[in-house]
Amino acid sequence: MRNILAIASKELKSYFSSPIGWILLGFWSLLYGYFFVAILNFFVRQSMQMSQFGQAGPQAMNLNQQLLRPLVAQNLPILILFLLPAVTMRTYSEERRSGTIELLLTSPLSDFQIIMGKFLGAMSLYTVMLGVTLIHIGVLVGYGGRPEWKPIVTVYLGLLLLGGCFISVGLFISSLTKNQIVAFVATFATFLMLWVITWIGSFSGPTVDRLTQYLSIIGHFDDFGKGVLDTTHLIYYISFITFGLFLTAKSVDSERWRG
Amino acid sequence: MIEVQHLTKRYGRVTAVDDVSFRVERGEILGFLGPNGAGKTTTMRILTGYMPATDGKAIVAGFDVFDQPIEAKRRTGYLPETPPLYPDMSVLEYLEFVAKIKGVPSNERSSRIKQVMQRTRIDDMAGRQCAKLSKGYRQRVGLAQAILHNPDVLILDEPTAGLDPKQIIETRELIKELAGDHTIILSTHILPEVSQTCQRVVIINKGRVVAVDTPDNLTARLRGSETLYVQVDAGGADAAGVLGHIPGVTRVVESERRNGMVGYEVDSETGRDVRRDLARSVVSNGWGLLELRPMRMSLEEIFLSLTTDETAAASKEDTVPEEVPHA
Repeated sequence: MRNILAIASKELKSYFSSPIGWILLGFWSLLYGYFFVAILNFFVRQSMQMSQFGQAGPQAMNLNQQLLRPLVAQNLPILILFLLPAVTMRTYSEERRSGTIELLLTSPLSDFQIIMGKFLGAMSLYTVMLGVTLIHIGVLVGYGGRPEWKPIVTVYLGLLLLGGCFISVGLFISSLTKNQIVAFVATFATFLMLWVITWIGSFSGPTVDRLTQYLSIIGHFDDFGKGVLDTTHLIYYISFITFGLFLTAKSVDSERWRG
Repeated sequence: MIEVQHLTKRYGRVTAVDDVSFRVERGEILGFLGPNGAGKTTTMRILTGYMPATDGKAIVAGFDVFDQPIEAKRRTGYLPETPPLYPDMSVLEYLEFVAKIKGVPSNERSSRIKQVMQRTRIDDMAGRQCAKLSKGYRQRVGLAQAILHNPDVLILDEPTAGLDPKQIIETRELIKELAGDHTIILSTHILPEVSQTCQRVVIINKGRVVAVDTPDNLTARLRGSETLYVQVDAGGADAAGVLGHIPGVTRVVESERRNGMVGYEVDSETGRDVRRDLARSVVSNGWGLLELRPMRMSLEEIFLSLTTDETAAASKEDTVPEEVPHA
C-alpha cells in the first residue's frame, strides 16, 4: 500500500509540475463554467416565463431535474470524453520514452502496485477536477437554491465510475506506445466508440440492440443521473475498470517479455 | 554474489544473449566488455529483473531474479545506460521518490539521501530540476539513485559514457570506492576503463562469452608466444641470422631500419625468457644494444582478436573452458 501511494502521489505531483495539469484544470473549469452559466440562464428565463404565467416562481421548477441534471449528468460526461484522454496519455508512454520505466521495473515493486499507483494518481487528478464542479453547486446553494442532495451523490458516484473506466482504458492504451499523441488519439477514439456503440444497435435487430445497450459506456450512466442506484450498472462499471487494469497489467508484462 | 548460468535471451529469431555463464564474488568489480550490440545491456536487464530470460538462471545476492524478483531487486542497484530521471522533478524530490519505492525506511530516508548526495557530489544540485542538469550531473544522480538503498549488488551500464575526461576519472574513483561494500558489474566498450577499474573481465561478442579472466592474465595469455622488440646497431652485419640461432628463439622479423640501426621482433617459445641470451649475443658480437623490451598485446588488440570473426572461434577454445566450465 505504501508503494502504491508513493507512486500515486508522484503521478499527481507530476501533473502539476508540468503545464498539463494546470491546462487541463483551467480548460475544465472554463468550459464547465460556461455550461453552468448557459444552463442557468436558460433556467432563469424559463422560471421568469412561468411566473409571468402566474405560477409560483423558481421553486415550482425542479432544480435537480431542470438545472443539475442537464449540467452534471449530460454535459459533464462530454467534457470527460474530451479531456480525460489527456489525463492518461502520458502515464506509461512518458515513462517508456524517458527510460524511467527501467527505474520502476527494477525497483522492488510488483506490477500490480505500479498500475494501481498510476490509476489512483490519475483518479486523484480527476477527483480534483470533479471537486471544481462542486463549487458551482455550492454557489447555487449559497444563493438559496435547495436541490435534493441524494441524486447529487449518485450522479457524482456515477461520474467517478465513468471516469474510472476511461482512466483504466487510457492506462492500457498509454502502455502500448511511447508516443503521447498516439495515446491521446487512440484513447479518445476508443471512448467515442464505446459512447456511440448504441447507434449500431438502433439499426439492427433487437438482440444486437440489447447487446450494444449493455456495452454502451454512457447507457449505464443515465440511471445515476436520475438518482437511481442499480447494481447492474455498478457491476458493469467495476468489471469494466478491472478489465482495463487487467489489460494494462498484461500489456506491461508482455512488453517485458518482448523487451 | 552473482551467479549466471546458461543465460539465453531471444527476441523472435534473434538471439541477443546465447548461453552466457559467469560468477562474481562478493566485493569484486567485474567488467563487462563488448562491442555495441553484443548483448551487454540485455544481460544486465535480465540480472536486474527488468526482463526475463528465455532460458537459464540468474541468481543475485542469493535470490533467483525470476522466482523471487522483489527480494532480488531489493538488493540490486541499477544504473541504466540513460539515467532514469524524471525531468520535472528536482534532484531532491527525485531521490525522495526513489527512496520510497526502494523501501528505505522513512526515518532513515533524509539522512541516507544526504549521505548519498555527498558521496556522489551532487549536494549542490539538490534543488535543481533534473531536466536542467548537465550530462555529468545526470550520470551522478543516476548513480546516487542506484546506491540509495545500499544494495549488495550494483549493476552499471556504461557509467562513464558521455562524460568529459575529468568526470570519467571521478566516476571511476567513485566506483572503486564503492567496490568495498558492493559487488559491481559494469559494462563498457572502452578498454582502458576495464584495466583500470575491474578485477575481472568478461568479454562478450554476439551474445556469447568469448573470454573470462583478469585483465593481466588476458593480456599474458593471449600473447600466445612471447615477443620481444630488439633494436641493435650492427654496423651492417646480419644480426637476424645470429639472433635466430639463439636457443628458444622461433622467429626473427625485421620491423624497421634507419641510420644503420635495425629493429627486430623476436618470437620465442612460451614461458622461455631469452632476454639474457639475446643481450649477451648482441654484446659479444660487438654491436650496440639500443633497445630491448617485451611487446605486449594491448587490451585493444586482444579485444579485436577475440571479437573479430576468424580469431574468435580459435581463441575461445583455449580461453573459455578453463574459467567457465559450462560455456
